[in-house]
Amino acid sequence: MRPRRKTLRKMGLFLLTLPVFAFIYFPILWLVSASLSTQVELFAVPPHWIPQHPTLANYLEILFPSLAVSSVPRAFGIALMNSVKIASAVTLICIVVGGLAAYALVRIPFRAGPVILIGVLGTRMIPEVSLILPLFIVASSLRLINRPEVLVLTYMSFALPFAIWMMAAFFQTIPIELEDAARIDGCSRLGILRRIVMPLAVPGLVATAMFTFLLAWDEFFYALIFTSTLAAKTAPVAISEFVGRYTVNITGMMAGGVLAALPPVLLALIFQRYIVRGMTAGAVKG
Amino acid sequence: MTVATPSYSAKRRSLRQQDARIAWLFIAPSLVVILGITLWPIIYTFLLSFFVAPTGINQVRTFVGLGNYLTLIRDPTFWETIGRTLHFTIVSVGLEMVLGLAVAQLIHAHPPGWRVLRFSLIIPWAVPTIVNGAMWRWIYNGDFGALNGLLLQLGLIRHYIPWLTLPSLAMDLVILADVWHMMPFVALILQAALAALPVELEEAAAVDGANALQRFWSIRLPLLRPAILVALIVRTVDAFRVFDIAYIITNGGPAFRTVTITYLTYFNTFAWGKQGLGAALSFLISLFSIGMAIIFIRWLYRPEEIA
Repeated sequence: MRPRRKTLRKMGLFLLTLPVFAFIYFPILWLVSASLSTQVELFAVPPHWIPQHPTLANYLEILFPSLAVSSVPRAFGIALMNSVKIASAVTLICIVVGGLAAYALVRIPFRAGPVILIGVLGTRMIPEVSLILPLFIVASSLRLINRPEVLVLTYMSFALPFAIWMMAAFFQTIPIELEDAARIDGCSRLGILRRIVMPLAVPGLVATAMFTFLLAWDEFFYALIFTSTLAAKTAPVAISEFVGRYTVNITGMMAGGVLAALPPVLLALIFQRYIVRGMTAGAVKG
Repeated sequence: MTVATPSYSAKRRSLRQQDARIAWLFIAPSLVVILGITLWPIIYTFLLSFFVAPTGINQVRTFVGLGNYLTLIRDPTFWETIGRTLHFTIVSVGLEMVLGLAVAQLIHAHPPGWRVLRFSLIIPWAVPTIVNGAMWRWIYNGDFGALNGLLLQLGLIRHYIPWLTLPSLAMDLVILADVWHMMPFVALILQAALAALPVELEEAAAVDGANALQRFWSIRLPLLRPAILVALIVRTVDAFRVFDIAYIITNGGPAFRTVTITYLTYFNTFAWGKQGLGAALSFLISLFSIGMAIIFIRWLYRPEEIA
């Protein structure tokens, strides 16, 4: 009797998962389907859920600009590369600069440490819109508008505090006894950081790097205000510019959307072990 | 031994001083960046909120004291915008919390395929906000969209509906897109918290005759409180400053119905040339966020609650 009831319960729970799966995957499948359609087929009523004449042309036009017949996919390819460059630069700087700060804040005892750590967390609560006008005025006077550098720099306002907090939490999990032992043996702070902390913190640094990359990749507001030409325009801005115009190739935009979504989705799936830690970074103290 | 003690403590003291110097050296680059691109701009914005500041190179700024704030308080558009922002925040965060908890519980019950479900939740969360918005805009498309196609084929509607032109529905459509994107965030946090809970308490309560609802209400929910608080606060702060997803799905339309407080700030600052008013608005958003941050930090420093 009992095992049978248990099986029934499992079946019932399984049935409950189906609407959740449908809710998750229906929009994604529609996006992917549109990206594989021809323009003609996309405008079918009722919609063709699975394209009858699937094509990779929308992807090829973006990935190989020489094949593109219009300027839209070409622009999109450049914007994607801008996103890759900017997000990578932000990630690299945050790991190096933020890593040093995070280590000092949790592992070197000094008076201002805790106050600074709280201050760093506090900056996460300041919205981009409160910072953008002064930054815009300075960037204009320094002729930094439409330069990738201005996005790398302004993205630090949210990426750096986040990276410091996440790495601080990871550094705290490394047993301090190892560091003490190394110090007694006469190892310097930098030596400890390089020889003992770094090797043990690699998983934490990788997870932080992934999250920082995702944050920078996702950013839209600064990019919208600071860039208007292809010199620095990112993928989200490129999507926003074309999404409203039906006459422009919507299938290409959907392919662009899939391509823009692939790097963060793949990164998140590869590093799924660390996702919850990153989501609650700043909330979980070590 | 006794001879060694003084020299040891002297060495310790110098080590500590040396430590402080190294600490500052390590922190300095981050501190410079944070002071330069966060602290200085927020102070500038705060001061600017006391001026009338038209856009333009040679425009004169006039000090008006609290004038901008008074203008806002008297402006019905401001209060309507606050209302819409609260509508978005309360409904989207409410749905995300309730559905997120439900999905987390479902995964925790380990039905067949629970690992696949947990894995799948990562995808909507990782899709960039703008791609998510573009995708839903196309789903809601009145002429060729998937929502119309689906509802028509299910026999729920007779004609295609131009969803995004319906003023009473536009905000809720934006909310639905946000729920798709962020419900997984809540579900993943709560699922991880559930997995870390001790099972003994609930088992003991079951032995004592507590039913499933009592166990959930009196044991599981209180134990989940820290994780629920984290998700709730992070989501509330983010939802209150929503901009991207409304910008991409509706452009603030129809008839301003999806213009949120950040959106209104954007209009004032970059479209209408009222930078002082924009600064006052953005400072109000900061104030709300900082209020939430204080709750956040106060909760954070109650170590007995961190499981």
